[in-house]
Amino acid sequence: MTTNALAPLRTNPVATRKLVVFACFVVTAVTLVPVVMMVLVAFQSDAESMAARPSFWPSSWHPENLTRAFDLVPLGRYLVNTVIFAAGTTLLETVTAALAAYAFARLQFPGRTWLFGVYLATLMIPSQVTLIPQFVLVAKLQGIDTWPGMILPHAFTALGVFLLRQFFLGIPRDYEEAARLDGANRWQAFIRVIVPLAVPAIATLAVFKFIGQWNNLLWPLVISNTDATRTAAVGLQVFQDTNGTQWNLLLMAATITTVPLIVLFFLTQRWFVKGITMSGLGGR
Amino acid sequence: MAVDTLPATTAAAAPHQRPAGARKSRNREALTAWLFILPSLIGFLIFTAGPVLAAGVISLLNWNLFSSPTWAGLKNFARLGPDPTFWSALGNTAYFTFVSVPVTILVSLALALLLNEGVRRIAVFRSLLLLPYATITVAVAFVWIWLYIPHDGLVNAVLGLVGIDGPAWLISDGWAMPALIAMSVWKSFGFGMVVFLAGLQAIPQQLYEAAKVDGSNAVQTFRNVTLPMLSPALFFVVVTSIIGSFQVFDQALIMTNGGPGSRTTTLVMYIYRTGFENYDQGYAAAQSLVLFGFIVVITAAQFLLQRRLVHYDN
Repeated sequence: MTTNALAPLRTNPVATRKLVVFACFVVTAVTLVPVVMMVLVAFQSDAESMAARPSFWPSSWHPENLTRAFDLVPLGRYLVNTVIFAAGTTLLETVTAALAAYAFARLQFPGRTWLFGVYLATLMIPSQVTLIPQFVLVAKLQGIDTWPGMILPHAFTALGVFLLRQFFLGIPRDYEEAARLDGANRWQAFIRVIVPLAVPAIATLAVFKFIGQWNNLLWPLVISNTDATRTAAVGLQVFQDTNGTQWNLLLMAATITTVPLIVLFFLTQRWFVKGITMSGLGGR
Repeated sequence: MAVDTLPATTAAAAPHQRPAGARKSRNREALTAWLFILPSLIGFLIFTAGPVLAAGVISLLNWNLFSSPTWAGLKNFARLGPDPTFWSALGNTAYFTFVSVPVTILVSLALALLLNEGVRRIAVFRSLLLLPYATITVAVAFVWIWLYIPHDGLVNAVLGLVGIDGPAWLISDGWAMPALIAMSVWKSFGFGMVVFLAGLQAIPQQLYEAAKVDGSNAVQTFRNVTLPMLSPALFFVVVTSIIGSFQVFDQALIMTNGGPGSRTTTLVMYIYRTGFENYDQGYAAAQSLVLFGFIVVITAAQFLLQRRLVHYDN
């Protein structure tokens, strides 16, 4: 064993390990404080949550706050709307991006490089640049407060095409060629060979898109004016505007709209983590 | 980028094939390709590429959405110069970005290094630490307002334990922005942490063993092995974090609504107000293009620096 500057620390690996685990526990606990407080305050009484000196642990539990929050604003409707918005954009983007990415990765056609360049060029453009033209377009088409108006402008970004093309390029051609020799046409080769192999990449794109759109505030804020299409993020903002800062109910509403996303996150985190690392390390 | 060699090899394998047939099959392949691309392309042209071009046109107009637009030329861009709100929004956005990005990256890196110390059940800690990243910004912004309640809020109660009399955070001129930054660091550090963790786990163990044989101490090993090997991941996180931070909006709208005064009014918030509260669409489009310009310049600068600082292992 060579000695080094930190040798004294390493003489007791058990102690070092305990210290590391302890640090992990502390950091994780501190990180979770805001989420835990959101839930705790949500169950406090009106008086306790609005007291001049905020209380941390509820002195009495008020599960009826749950139904009271639903009574104040149509949170159920907002949640359904959020799912429609997030699922609609995700489905459209994933399907169209997979098809286009296949053509860009595998098929020869005049203008391929040029057209892919146009897609790439829009990758860095912030969504605020397209916000106003998209709003004008949707308004002209009478699409304010409608599902097509909400969903279509956010379903065709270049990112999906870019990520899936990268993944398809990594799939060996031989697999597809074998299917082609068996008489499969391009479409059959795509559906039977490429799509099954690309499930991880497609799932990753879908999870990212879904969580991103669940979080989207700016677009629904300008396009949706009524409860018919209002999403949870905008609904919470409206809740704050109309009911003021009644802490227990406000944080109950925040809890209600966040919990489904957290559950989804735990169910899909395999793809989520893979997606982050894929975009971070694969996208060199 | 993979070189597409397929048509060439097919042609070589079948020299007897008539050129007309080859052209026909090439045409068929092109037709197939367009059919695959069309659903995406139509949507992309109408809803992404078209609006980008339209933003350029709208920025040259006087337009309030209700009356017909009139030509403004470059007037909207000229208005930016003497507009104090624009400059303060730009300054606030730069303040937010250049403080929150380094802090977030340091936190992410520290936690990734900690978790990489062979912690058992690493996946559990990783998911719990990633949780803030998977919450709704608007919802957690409410909790952070609550945490920042002046005098007896949780943050100030904790500071009180160590004898610090905390400020009024979100309504304080000097502390509103740092308060927003702290919340944003909390919300986003999980992303970088996961990227760094994957990067750390991909470093070959032999490199560490070689460093040990050479008598390298922990600090030297970090500088000479870990950091260079991690630099592509670092570069990626820096670039995406800066682009994201320049577009900060949700938490500022909910937690401070740009205040006190205009201390936390960000560029995107100003674009939103110009376009959707003052209905000055031409001016808002001009602002959005300037925002895009800043992002392009900063990203390009990073790609230039990358050549010198980032180590790619080929």
